[in-house]
Amino acid sequence: MVNFLGKGILKGMVVTFTNLIRPSPTTQYPEQRLTVSRRIRGTELVWSKTKCTGCATCARTCPQGVIHVVTHKGENNNYAVDTFEVDSGYCIHCGLCVEACPYNALFMGYTFERSKYRRNSLVMSKDDMAIEHQPASGYFHPEIAQTLPEQELLVYRGKKK
Amino acid sequence: MTLRTEPFVLNMGPVHPSTHGVFRMRVTLDGEVVVNLEPVFGYLHRGIEKLAEERTYTGIVPLTDRLDYVASMTNNLAYCLAVEKLAGIKVPERAEYLRVIMSELQRIAAHLISIGSFFNDCGAYFTPFLYMFRERERIVDLLEMVSGQRLLYNYMRPGGVSQDIPEEFLPALKEALNQMPKYIDEYERLLKDNEILYARARGVGILPKEMAISIGASGPVLRGCGVKWDIRKVDPYSIYDRFEFDIPTGTQGDCYDRYRVRVEEMKQSLRIIEQAIKQIPAGSIRSDVPQLIRPPVGEAYAHLEAPTGELGFYLVSDGSIAPYRCHIRAPSLMNLTALRDMIVGWKVQDLILIFGSFAITMGEVDR
Repeated sequence: MVNFLGKGILKGMVVTFTNLIRPSPTTQYPEQRLTVSRRIRGTELVWSKTKCTGCATCARTCPQGVIHVVTHKGENNNYAVDTFEVDSGYCIHCGLCVEACPYNALFMGYTFERSKYRRNSLVMSKDDMAIEHQPASGYFHPEIAQTLPEQELLVYRGKKK
Repeated sequence: MTLRTEPFVLNMGPVHPSTHGVFRMRVTLDGEVVVNLEPVFGYLHRGIEKLAEERTYTGIVPLTDRLDYVASMTNNLAYCLAVEKLAGIKVPERAEYLRVIMSELQRIAAHLISIGSFFNDCGAYFTPFLYMFRERERIVDLLEMVSGQRLLYNYMRPGGVSQDIPEEFLPALKEALNQMPKYIDEYERLLKDNEILYARARGVGILPKEMAISIGASGPVLRGCGVKWDIRKVDPYSIYDRFEFDIPTGTQGDCYDRYRVRVEEMKQSLRIIEQAIKQIPAGSIRSDVPQLIRPPVGEAYAHLEAPTGELGFYLVSDGSIAPYRCHIRAPSLMNLTALRDMIVGWKVQDLILIFGSFAITMGEVDR
């Protein structure tokens, strides 16, 4: 091999030129979207009214202390949930509440775009989080994960799977 | 007539593109030559050690994500090792393998960022960064599939890992492993023999072996000086004693050596992952740990080889559900103590290069 000054630079240039004819690894975000992971810890918490018993395990587990649960004694001697509020402005989306819920009544959200004009509209009430209105993610819920579309991976880009 | 000169004090940072976060260096210059340097940090201080004192042992795991935010998995693991040592928790076999796979993937991803930003500081603005981020994206995709997020994974728990891997994970990981050597080879061709890089980085910012040991440096900074010191070999944690890998070292401890050590370490990480995939057993992924862990009164220190160096967690328990004290031995901070001695005598442009070759993360320095 011949060695001359500038050989290393030329070798590098060859790499950058081959990169010109390669398929692009990037995605033009607002127009093109990738399917996210089935377990994504998205921006909304999702709550099931029928499954929740008001035990407030989630509120005690939350490291940020943003889950607010108020209950009263119901007719069958159980808890009736009056308030179930999450201040998602302080939520760090760690998913520990979903993991801790003994009745599988909490889910992470599947969507990831959530901006609001006012700060107090970040506080989510029972209705905002109802599972009937919000798509739930498969985080700690394998039965939901099976129904979600498969994640698009960069390793399979440009390849038939 | 004689010209009178006087030293000039320059504040680099706290917001400067080369400081990788918010870090200030008070540099005293004589012309272009640095005669004194005073690091000023604390801009990103969030009081994580204090916050940990009022959280449950499981609730601290998301906090550890926010230390070295380019290497969350190893932070999780270091903390979980400390809790397991403190409370005497056993970890199932499959969880150990998953931990090794995840932390080695994380090491590759973190080294890619370190190398990419080092080249940025060299002046190869964002061209190498593109290549590094392309491959990092493949790894981050995989970690997202497992943990649900791309940066702050919160994946490991005292007593195992949070969830088992989905069935499509291992085929995708094997595909990524097949592609990686080709890409690492591409980085080598891109810049390894580059003459400009030789001129900029070879023999610049030499850290003598004796000084590196005496300041307590670790990770690629120490190994770049030629010291064979890797916690994975010296004090094997988890199941690292079952894998075969080498410790790459540099020769003289300059910026170029530190860059080479990182590249070689990525190859070794690939080797470890390949072995781990072959050996991974079926079984449970989390031992039976109560939701509120109450370790006995005592103290424990656990450390591991994070991408930046030796990351340690020192926990003191008073028998309650929260630690009495949580101290973090941050490798970035320890490595930074060598900064002044390495930079004095070099010029301003070398300052940026030497600082970049440490690959510190300010989240870990300030905590």
